[in-house]
Amino acid sequence: MDDTLLSIQGLTKAYPGVVANDDVSFDIRKGEIHALLGENGAGKSTLVKMIYGLVGPDRGTMTLDGNAFAPPKPSVARQAGVAMVFQHFSLFDALSVAENVALGMENPPKPRDLAARISEVSEQYGLPLDPSREVASLSAGERQRVEIIRCLLQDPRLLIMDEPTSVLTPQEVDILFETLRKLKSEGTSILYISHKLEEIRALCDHASILRHGKNVGTCTPSETSAREMAEMMVGSSFATPKARDVTLGEVVLTVDNLTLPALDGIGTPLRGISFELRKGEVLGIGGVAGNGQDELLMALSGERLSDPGMVHFQGKDVSRQGPGERRLPGLLSAPEERLGHAAAPDMSLTENGVLTAGKRAGLVKNGFIDWAKSRLFAEDVIEKFDVRTPGPNVAARALSGGNLQKYVVGREIVQKPELLVINQPTWGVDAAAAAAIRQALLDLAHGGAAILVISQDLDELMEISDRFGALNEGRLSTPRPVQGLDMEQIGLMMGGAHDMEAAHAAT
Amino acid sequence: MDLSSISPILLVASIMVSATPILFAAIGELVVEKAGVLNLGVEGMMITGAVVGFAVGVNTDSPLVGFVAAAGAGAALSFVFALLTQYLLSNQVATGLGLTLAGLGLSALIGKPYEGVKSPTLPKLDLGPLSDIPALGTMFFRHDIMVYVAVLMVILVWAFLKFTRGGLILRAVGESHDSAHALGYKVVRVRMIAILFGGACAGLGGAYLSLVRVPQWTEGMTAGAGWIALAIVVFASWRPWRILIGAYLFGGVTVLQLNLQAAGAKVPVALLSASPYLITILVLVIISARGAHGAPASLGRSFHASS
Repeated sequence: MDDTLLSIQGLTKAYPGVVANDDVSFDIRKGEIHALLGENGAGKSTLVKMIYGLVGPDRGTMTLDGNAFAPPKPSVARQAGVAMVFQHFSLFDALSVAENVALGMENPPKPRDLAARISEVSEQYGLPLDPSREVASLSAGERQRVEIIRCLLQDPRLLIMDEPTSVLTPQEVDILFETLRKLKSEGTSILYISHKLEEIRALCDHASILRHGKNVGTCTPSETSAREMAEMMVGSSFATPKARDVTLGEVVLTVDNLTLPALDGIGTPLRGISFELRKGEVLGIGGVAGNGQDELLMALSGERLSDPGMVHFQGKDVSRQGPGERRLPGLLSAPEERLGHAAAPDMSLTENGVLTAGKRAGLVKNGFIDWAKSRLFAEDVIEKFDVRTPGPNVAARALSGGNLQKYVVGREIVQKPELLVINQPTWGVDAAAAAAIRQALLDLAHGGAAILVISQDLDELMEISDRFGALNEGRLSTPRPVQGLDMEQIGLMMGGAHDMEAAHAAT
Repeated sequence: MDLSSISPILLVASIMVSATPILFAAIGELVVEKAGVLNLGVEGMMITGAVVGFAVGVNTDSPLVGFVAAAGAGAALSFVFALLTQYLLSNQVATGLGLTLAGLGLSALIGKPYEGVKSPTLPKLDLGPLSDIPALGTMFFRHDIMVYVAVLMVILVWAFLKFTRGGLILRAVGESHDSAHALGYKVVRVRMIAILFGGACAGLGGAYLSLVRVPQWTEGMTAGAGWIALAIVVFASWRPWRILIGAYLFGGVTVLQLNLQAAGAKVPVALLSASPYLITILVLVIISARGAHGAPASLGRSFHASS
């Protein structure tokens, strides 16, 4: 028991209507990387929030280094040596890197000393970062470095990382893993939360698996196959998408030298994007977040209009048409941001259904909404995509991220698009649901629709795409067939390599 | 008209006086908005401060006690706003507008017995040799203490926001309350304090109107100064120094048009009286067209720990 850093015994936390954690126990040893695995809603977030002092447990105890540990607030946890890197970055866009770091510290040194410390630590762990930069100008990978450095400056004994690799390029993942291994060798324990089983197998010493709030077992990932772990997580086996033979039809979408200035001076401009998409084809578009993904989706969906001649759909120039006009003949889209972009948070699922499917699914007649039909439409989506919700009258905001994602993706697929443009289809969705969404996309393509998938999950893109291209600073690399692409080539296509060399040199 | 009747020296001196109420209200509202709260009740808090400051000043025969009471009254009114928006999560825009209406009504009620009463005056400071400098002395160094307190307030707020940890936390709360909460900062508490500060400042600004600038009580005497203060915060792109520029600009136009009226300018009086407001709108339009950024990202959004 001597080498146990944090011991969790019987932690239970109930929210109204749901038991988030039910009698969870496990130990984290000193200097190990311990994985916490589980589906969405399995209670991982609640568990780490209790360790970090953001919520208090109803029952159960924790001991840190043999002493009782029950942090009433994060600052107490931080003082005890627990640090956390959040899934949705807890950074402030308008503040500088140094100010962001100072906010996460109990007793920050003077600004000048702090800047020096940041440079020192970032060099030591191979995470280059300029303390005076404004966070708004940083890439997702760099933002994560800010969080990590903020934690490292406090010499943590336990570092909690919540889904750290979901926004990183393969090269950035390598750098992160280097850093984590280095920390481990120095005796820091890491609690690593992820969906990505291969990563856990590559990195972690032990893994605890949560299902419906219960710890269903601890295993040694290097000796357990990804499939076994996935089945422990889900509690049953699930289908992986099947390979298929592609029959390409006529060209559905032609994008010719699509160029758009950045919106309001922030964001990324699109620079001379050209490609074609045929019936039955899935084009995967990768790239580090913030390189024009949202902008490309908006230009194709019709949210932003481009100059005439840039976007042709089914042979017609739709560059000057808005989203409604494009939707009617079957150019549908599903943006990344679920709450606020894909769905109106405070409106019901039925109402949200009408918002995109109103005309194409015939829910609106002569300007009046057919509510009975709309309800049936929403129920249809809920049933086909296994959306877990009490009913279609529930507000979109009330659904968990994964469930809402299933709804907004399903809503478009049920409308039988000719072309579906979709950004991050499985972001934050658990493994089983992600597999179901991917399968639905493949089935859609098999039925003759063209699909453009924008995603930061390369495994996903490799799995479902026929061709792959990458966005870098608003430019699209020439799409290439997925067969025969290796990670090295993909990394080069993503071109986010500008500060990678420096990182490698520093390590 | 006779422009020579306008003395530049006296003009500058009166600009400093006429800008002071707006300066107080605007610097207070800046802090509130930096914390991510949009309080549209500035006008209501100002006029409440004006009447309470006047009443207490008259009854105690001490303008300074009046100012303290006015700050308290402004803060008390803003406390209602803080409770409603921070704990009961009411809509900030609607609550702020309601606060303005309530303040206007309340002040008329309290002020009824004081109409036509003369207030005790705040003495002009004698800054010794500084006050004796020709021209400059009259322009800048022969004012009452509150003129300098207002300027000092701007400097203090600037230094607080830029150099102190408290200021950093306040800005962080206004920038992203979810992130600030995740790091363990008390979002609601920070905002409560900021709102109370903003209320106290608005109260001081109102009292300056009724105790020094006019100096007597008339119903509705703030005449939109609270709204101008709100506009100046936007004009200033949420930066303290520019609040100073904005307040003096508005104060300048106000005084200038009065002087022009006195000098008999051949412009309709109604247009001259409206000019400070028209110019405020014009400046705001120009600034917005240039795409002024810098608004705190969480401005006007309600925060609840569960979401």
